[in-house]
Amino acid sequence: MSLSPAIKTAIAQAAANHGGPKAAMLEALKLVQEAEGWVSDAHLKEAAQVLGVTTAEIDSLATFYSQIFRSPVGDTVILLCDGLSCYLCGGDAVRDAVMQKLGIGFGETTTDGKFTLINICCVGGCDRAPVALVGPERKLVGPLTPDALDALIDGKAIGGAR
Amino acid sequence: MTRKLDIDGRIIEAKDGEDLLSACLTHGIDVPYFCWHGALGSVGACRQCAVKVYAGPDDKEGRIVMSCMTPVADVERVSVSDPEATAFRAQVIEWLMVNHPHDCPVCEEAGSCHLQDMTIATGHNIRRYRFDKRTHRNQDLGPLLTHEMNRCIACYRCTRFYRDYAGGRDLDAFGAHDNVYFGRAEDGPLESPFAGNLAEVCPTGVFNDKGWSQDYARKWDMRATPSVCPHCAVGCNILVDQREGRVKRVQNRYHGALNGYFICDRGRYGPLHVVSDARLRAPLLAGEPATEHDACAVAHAAVAEGAIGFGSPRASLEANYALQRLVGPERFFAGVSDAEAAMVRRIVALLRAGPAKVASLADIEQADAVLVLGEDLTNSSPRVALALRQTARGAERDLAAQKGVPRWLDPAVRTAGEGRRSPIMLVTPVADPLDDVAVMALRRDPLAIAAFGADVAGVLGGGTARDADAQRVAGILAVAERPLIIAGSSLGVAGIIEAAAALGSALGAKARIALLPPEANSIGLALLGGGGLDGAAALLERGAAKTAIVLENDLFERAPRAGVERLFAAAKSVIALDSMASETTARASVTLPVAPFTECAGTFVNYEGRAQRFFAAVPPHETAPSAWRRLDAFGAGDWHDLDELIGDLIVERPDLVGVADAAPDADFMMADGQVTRAPRPYSGRTADDRAGQFADAVIPVDLDGPMTFGIKGARGTAVPPALITSYKTSGQHSANNVTRFLEEVGGPLRGGDPGAMLLKRSEAALIDAPPSGPVTGEGLLLVLLHDAFSGWELSRVSALLAARAPAPRLLLHPDDAALHGLADGAAVLIDGRLFAAPVSLDASLPRGCVAISAGGDAPRGPLRRVRVEAAR
Amino acid sequence: MSDKPLTGRARADRQPHSLAVWRGLGGGVALTQALKRHSPEAIIALVEAAGLRGRGGAGFPTANKWRFMRLGAEKAGPGPRYLCVNGDETEPGSFKDRLLMEALPHQLIVGATIAAYAIGATEVIILVRDEYRAAAAALTRAIAEAEQAGWLGRDILGSGFDLTMRVHASAGRYIVGEETALIAALEGERPVPRHRPPYPAVSGLWGRPTTVNNVETLSAVPSIIENGAEWYQSLSRTDEGGTKLYGVSGCVARPQLIEAPMGTTGRELIELCGGIRGGRALLAFQPGGGATAFLEAAELDVPLDFTHTKQAGSSLGTGALIVLDDQACPVAAIARHMRFYARESCGLCTPCRDGLPWVAKLLDTLEAGKGTRGDIDLLHQHVALTGPSGRSYCDLNTGALTPLRSGLERFGDIFTAHLAGRCPVGRA
Ligand SMILES: Cc1cc2nc3c(=O)[nH]c(=O)nc-3n(C[C@H](O)[C@H](O)[C@H](O)COP(=O)(O)O)c2cc1C
Ligand code: SF4
Ligand code: FES
Repeated sequence: MSLSPAIKTAIAQAAANHGGPKAAMLEALKLVQEAEGWVSDAHLKEAAQVLGVTTAEIDSLATFYSQIFRSPVGDTVILLCDGLSCYLCGGDAVRDAVMQKLGIGFGETTTDGKFTLINICCVGGCDRAPVALVGPERKLVGPLTPDALDALIDGKAIGGAR
Repeated sequence: MTRKLDIDGRIIEAKDGEDLLSACLTHGIDVPYFCWHGALGSVGACRQCAVKVYAGPDDKEGRIVMSCMTPVADVERVSVSDPEATAFRAQVIEWLMVNHPHDCPVCEEAGSCHLQDMTIATGHNIRRYRFDKRTHRNQDLGPLLTHEMNRCIACYRCTRFYRDYAGGRDLDAFGAHDNVYFGRAEDGPLESPFAGNLAEVCPTGVFNDKGWSQDYARKWDMRATPSVCPHCAVGCNILVDQREGRVKRVQNRYHGALNGYFICDRGRYGPLHVVSDARLRAPLLAGEPATEHDACAVAHAAVAEGAIGFGSPRASLEANYALQRLVGPERFFAGVSDAEAAMVRRIVALLRAGPAKVASLADIEQADAVLVLGEDLTNSSPRVALALRQTARGAERDLAAQKGVPRWLDPAVRTAGEGRRSPIMLVTPVADPLDDVAVMALRRDPLAIAAFGADVAGVLGGGTARDADAQRVAGILAVAERPLIIAGSSLGVAGIIEAAAALGSALGAKARIALLPPEANSIGLALLGGGGLDGAAALLERGAAKTAIVLENDLFERAPRAGVERLFAAAKSVIALDSMASETTARASVTLPVAPFTECAGTFVNYEGRAQRFFAAVPPHETAPSAWRRLDAFGAGDWHDLDELIGDLIVERPDLVGVADAAPDADFMMADGQVTRAPRPYSGRTADDRAGQFADAVIPVDLDGPMTFGIKGARGTAVPPALITSYKTSGQHSANNVTRFLEEVGGPLRGGDPGAMLLKRSEAALIDAPPSGPVTGEGLLLVLLHDAFSGWELSRVSALLAARAPAPRLLLHPDDAALHGLADGAAVLIDGRLFAAPVSLDASLPRGCVAISAGGDAPRGPLRRVRVEAAR
Repeated sequence: MSDKPLTGRARADRQPHSLAVWRGLGGGVALTQALKRHSPEAIIALVEAAGLRGRGGAGFPTANKWRFMRLGAEKAGPGPRYLCVNGDETEPGSFKDRLLMEALPHQLIVGATIAAYAIGATEVIILVRDEYRAAAAALTRAIAEAEQAGWLGRDILGSGFDLTMRVHASAGRYIVGEETALIAALEGERPVPRHRPPYPAVSGLWGRPTTVNNVETLSAVPSIIENGAEWYQSLSRTDEGGTKLYGVSGCVARPQLIEAPMGTTGRELIELCGGIRGGRALLAFQPGGGATAFLEAAELDVPLDFTHTKQAGSSLGTGALIVLDDQACPVAAIARHMRFYARESCGLCTPCRDGLPWVAKLLDTLEAGKGTRGDIDLLHQHVALTGPSGRSYCDLNTGALTPLRSGLERFGDIFTAHLAGRCPVGRA
């Protein structure tokens, strides 16, 4: 599936707002990801074409930033903080519990395609440690406990996809 | 202005505005480094070049800085040997080796690897890292370059060269932290015609010459010979590596005024035509293999019947001269169309007349406004285009300098310069790869380009332009301090050359000019004189001679077919001397193999009029002697060696006396004996020499040059610049060490850049050009599209470049196509012959033209019109 | 006049106010005053007298930075000039800028506008880290409101000053917060730091004069204009003016964000958080985020401002206190940090790109009880060779090794005890 006309327009618009095609590359990647969940090779190429940059140039950025996903992710992305403050508040136990419950490690997606678990550091939620960011809004949830995970994972705490 | 620096107690004079690393290296002080590069400047990525600097006499502590990022103005006292700096540098290497594979035995780079040099220099030899190495996947980057990403040390030199310097956009840096990698977005050939330089720019073995890589040898197992690229008129200096008589690869040979650190891919891979299947190895009689004895007997008899000679713009000056001596000046012809011969002779006359001085590539990079008339430089003379990409940055550098940013701090220059561009103005018939750096890119048909140039010259002379663009261009050139005009013969329009010269006159002595002829020795050939093919045919038809001797030339490439056919019809016999098989050698009565440029010595005269000597990289083979030796045997002279021939040449042609100065004579000796082609053989023979089979048991003799094939002899920085075979000095085996051989970074070689300038300013007034004849034929103006990789006779037969050749193209303006009833993709007849490619519509092409790929189907020649019609 | 000029107007639920409400709270006064009553030079003088120092980590005097910008602009000639607001907050332990952007976007916008006026900037770009979606949304909305209200755009409040402002959402990477990397990021380049000189004040975004300021720095500016330099200075307990947003996390009973006078001590802050969790004893604390050296109980009464914290051997950094109790293993703690910094290296320079991952692996091995004496020697060597700053390209690497350096100094015995094959501290 190619990018929708609306996204292509938005990408072109970004070039006007950000000071040119080059400066808009990241915004273009984010637009693609927002719509598709991740940035596939085909979409990467399309975005590059809209901006008039090379695929290499836009991929150079895409592969630098940690929150641009160049491989498919599950419906819900869980970004679990592995920073020191969360660790000091029991982060490792939460991590182990999430991994066990989902049956995946960091950087992996459940076989049913529902969840992707990614480690991230310090999301500015140290006062609610241990924390995770969940879903498209990057909703901050915490303090997490191994027991409170069920609610999180069963989808009640999170609305919407990705 | 210079300033004194104390470096570990040694006082050196550094140039103001220089960086500390450059100052150290040019003074022979070893500071290890990776990311710094003489042409790419400093980025401070590797942190290898750490030294300690002290604030003043009282500073006992000092502080560690990166020498490449430190202006000499900031320091007085420096210690390279300081223990803390030394320890830091050793640690940097250890970090780099954390992920670098320990694969030196199977790495092509080993033996001339900068990483190896630096590892040894900094004393890292024990591996303490005991975790897994990070690994990458390699890519297929096409036929020219390998990709072994695990060897990367992240110096960013590749992207800095490829993107920042050469303007390529399909190679980039990816990833972050210890997972940065460099390559394309997906597999596929690197697009830039300068990509081959990555093999040298990369300080380890990530990018390597793919052809060589499949059959590589260690540096100390190869002999390197200074040579000159035969693939265009620029005359880039190259080194030819060979082992056991087989040419292995070509590398850049530094020349301060010409190619500097870089050559184009045609120059790097093209010379491998000498190892292609197209090499002619045995004599032919009427196209069939014959013995040397029989072929020579026939040839001698034919010469005795009275011969005319066709010289060649790809044969050496010496070979052409030998032919001229044999047949006499009146019977010596240029082996190209009359129009081309006249055009190149005219270039010589115009350059001699001045007032604009001829521009070297170094001069080109200094220009502050450039007008290019007609030439698609990237494809016809690629190295000039690479120079222009640097010229374009002049304005950016000026603004950066105003903000206090030194030139060598290249990344900072790029931002501080706010994207300013020095005006480069292109007037060409088709979309040009340089359009992205041009402030004006105008599309005109070939005749209109000549008119445009004349128009601009008219404005500069006080007239008014018919064309608003011409008015603008004139305005920009008029205010420039160092204006430059570039034109050439690619479009076959004499008027373009005349217009360029008129512009040079109008701009006066501040102007520089570059008039590019088609081939490596076009200028040398023109200096000898002689008309083109057409006059020769008339002479044969009159019966004034019976035999035509064709020297290293496929005439079918260089002139329209009808003219060449007429010649073959008129000659009783045709004798071809060539190293390569061609239609001409196949159809000649007798063909005698001669040495290609890698197996003999000779001189090419480049577009500047610079005579440059190439030497035999491989000992000459008795079945294929130098062409001049064959001609000598026909009675051209009585020459024992090349120096004797040159001696006769300069007596006869005192104006060419400089040829003798192009390089030292064959009897040149240094204290250590002759200069050797072999790098210092620390290990003597290697495993590859198999016990008892020393290749050097009998050292081949080279009568025609001052270098030995033996492993003993003179080397190093004291060797005359024209004879440098390696940039090795003690401990430094990689070509990065070239800095040692330079007067200053990016400047001339110590002892002067090689070559002798032949074109002296003449006192005689310039005679007006004869009016050019009408454009022949009917229909559309024919524009030949050259290709950077395979755009020329010999480069097409280099197997590596053939694999990189683009599909043929035929471009038409949509309106012209409609007029001729041709749709996009339609098959086309050109003058009745089916062309290899269908129509592509291109609205940027001027009306009234058809542009087709140059090559076998489309020989060179004067601008002509062709009939274009749909094939049914 | 609140004693909490930064956070005093925030809603308890952290939701942003509307511009109307903000105006009602007196939030527009500073803007009118600044643009109508003060010259740019006068504003800089005021900020100088207030003693405002940059809250992004380095504590550079803000007025000096703004003056450099004016000097730089002279060198660079006419053309656009930029103010970049650094909202990338990713330093481990820091969670202060998030609140200021989410709950108080108008305050930041007004602060940035005043700063832009003082330095002659023509455009403000607020870079917000990807994970702060709510902050980016709040700012975007607030900017639109400000444009509507004539607080942004052409001829702001009839002052003749023009300014545009926009939000640039980042996409994850700590290095983006380094000011020159941030500039590269805005240009669409790989966000890799750039060499100084040239300083951004001379050649920054697109080669034009540029100032980068932290969110908290600029959020403090309106109150200085409103209430004067003397007042601002007086809020502080030390010579450095104002209040500081301290973020306390780790082993305290109630981790939280606290706006307190500059120079408040660690002891007071920990007490405000209900003391050490579970009534245990303090092992150590990092006073300014992941990249600062540990302090111990003996330093609990050090006034936490830039000068005193530095004197005590650490630095105020972002004012993020990470507290370790006596059951927290410093080796494990440092290992957490090191993994982060190794992962977040931009990959440009060797010490950071290839050195940090090695150090991280050594620490992991040690934490797991699989280390050797040689590993500890290697840790010492890395610390010795990679400092002081200037040996790597930017200060990420220097910062990354700071906790290790101080950990080895202060808790060398705990490092060595790990060689026995297991963690010697109570909790893993
Ligand atoms: C690796 C690194 C990361 C940084 N991250 C941030 C950041 O997230 N936010 C910030 O305001 N400053 C950060 N800084 C500091 C900035 O470079 C810069 O000094 C600061 O934004 C200046 O603002 P100030 O003068 O208002 O403090 C970082 C510095 C380094 C070396
Ligand atoms: S220290 Fe070096 S590699 Fe690390 S983030 Fe800075 S520049 Fe990049
Ligand atoms: S050569 Fe100086 S840092 Fe790389």
